[in-house]
Amino acid sequence: MAQAASPNRRLLASIGEHSTGIIASVLFAAPIVWAVLSAFKPAAEARLPPLPPWPTSGFSLENYATLNSFGDGLWVSAQNSIYVSVMTVLLSVAVSVLAGYGFSRFRFPFKDLFFILILSTIMIPFQSILTPIFLVLTKLGLHNTLTGLVGVYVTLQLPFSIFMMRNAFDAVPREIEEAARMDGAGNLTMLLKVMLPLVWPGVVTIALFAFLGAWNEFLAALVLMTDQSKFTLPVMMTALQSGRFGAIDWGAVQAGVTVMMVPCLILFLVLQRFYIRGLMAGAIK
Amino acid sequence: MTSLATITAPPRARRLVGAGRQWIGLLYVAPAIALVVVFFLIPLGMTAWMSLHNWPLMGEHSYVGLGNYVAILRDTRFWNALRFTAYYTVIVTIAIFVVAFPLALFVERPRPLTNLYRTMFFMPAVVGFASASLLWSWLLNVDSGLFSPAAYDLGLIDKKFNLLATFQPAFWSIIAMVVWKVAGFTMIILMAGLQSIPQDLQEAAVIDGAGPFARFRAITLPLMRRTLALALILSVAGSILAFDQFYIILRGGPRNQTLTAVYWIFNQSFVSFKLGYGAALSMVLLVVLVALSLVQLWLLRKPEGLD
Repeated sequence: MAQAASPNRRLLASIGEHSTGIIASVLFAAPIVWAVLSAFKPAAEARLPPLPPWPTSGFSLENYATLNSFGDGLWVSAQNSIYVSVMTVLLSVAVSVLAGYGFSRFRFPFKDLFFILILSTIMIPFQSILTPIFLVLTKLGLHNTLTGLVGVYVTLQLPFSIFMMRNAFDAVPREIEEAARMDGAGNLTMLLKVMLPLVWPGVVTIALFAFLGAWNEFLAALVLMTDQSKFTLPVMMTALQSGRFGAIDWGAVQAGVTVMMVPCLILFLVLQRFYIRGLMAGAIK
Repeated sequence: MTSLATITAPPRARRLVGAGRQWIGLLYVAPAIALVVVFFLIPLGMTAWMSLHNWPLMGEHSYVGLGNYVAILRDTRFWNALRFTAYYTVIVTIAIFVVAFPLALFVERPRPLTNLYRTMFFMPAVVGFASASLLWSWLLNVDSGLFSPAAYDLGLIDKKFNLLATFQPAFWSIIAMVVWKVAGFTMIILMAGLQSIPQDLQEAAVIDGAGPFARFRAITLPLMRRTLALALILSVAGSILAFDQFYIILRGGPRNQTLTAVYWIFNQSFVSFKLGYGAALSMVLLVVLVALSLVQLWLLRKPEGLD
């Protein structure tokens, strides 16, 4: 079709395409940009409709300060969210790298059964087993602790990340291990010194998904964390938005939403190719 | 099969790690298995067990047999929640595809700026559902939000209109929010499917004189069956479990009309603390989702002679 079109028509078509692209991009970005900009308004202005979205009476961090004064404060929830997310990343990477290596390189009883068991957990929604999880955590003395929440989040990551890591290890030629073994490397040295550098793209991918999963999760945190000092950002912000701390301060909501969104967006923009890689690997399954 | 594995191991692997040392593999997978047992298998078994009991948060629980399940049959509010969940799932899935498919066609061909467009469309997908819901609860607010005041300032409406006060506008506001958040994700999956269609097939059809619509129907759609099925399943499974947006933006309202299945289970278990009854409700939801997974496996089966 393109070869028949005159240069003029091609130009018109291109203008049409790019206007579509730009308009659609603006629509998708608008809510995010609106919240991030509005959060910088002084409190009095943030109560009014966000037209225009940028601050007109001067740039201010008042909303962030207000947010820190609600309940135990923004900073406590942010710390909880950071702790839970970082621990989820570290633990799920450690557990999945070990398991991926084990499933890829060893033969042991019930290996296939174990692998299918882990993958099949994806079929059962965790929403339907939250009550007993609550009771199990209580039994373990992990009730209302961030550690308990981390345990739940790591388990939620396992089917995807073990699947990813097993594939990553499967792709490493066995000759590399043979050579290392000739040099007298033991199993664990081999894994850490020889194998890990070769599968690091997979590690980045599962770390990214673990972080986003833990950072954004809401229902389990809402059910399992009953003490305000243990709230993660989504739970704390929902409490604030529901008027639990008095009249709803929309300026504080904008500030809180910004704090919740920006880390995800930065990580995604920096690690985009790892994210898409993970998405495709999960999709091909 | 597992005991045979050691015998049938390729000789090279056996030389690599001695047969006895293969057992070490168990140690490597042990932490993962432990987590799955503690946070998945035991809770799953307990859900089934608890569903046969009257189980308050405090105090003793007592065996009631199938009592909870009988009660579910009479629980019209649960059936209303299920019906609403099904309705929401159908509408939101259609809406996502109506937006995501044209976007996928748009970003599939490489041209200048395509990567930028893809990134822009995808951005809301990495933001959490809770963040997106909080953000939109502000945008949808009648006094301090964006939509109603903007429409009022533009003179489109003569009185500020509360979008969240009645069912229809509230429901469609949620649909708009979810489409905004999820369309980029579905787009990427569909795009991968489109890119896997061999280019020469399309070219051959052009030579045979097939128009764009005929090509879409005869080549694109059939060759994308597995991709479409995957995108469909992800959307359906996600929607059936919807909770965050209805809890945060609508609190299940107006007049409890937007209580989803998970929301109702949450209310029964963690607001009314009827843990046994909540477990029985969970079992119903679980059966629905496992059935869905089986449909998924069937839809995603590898293409056979027919394709």
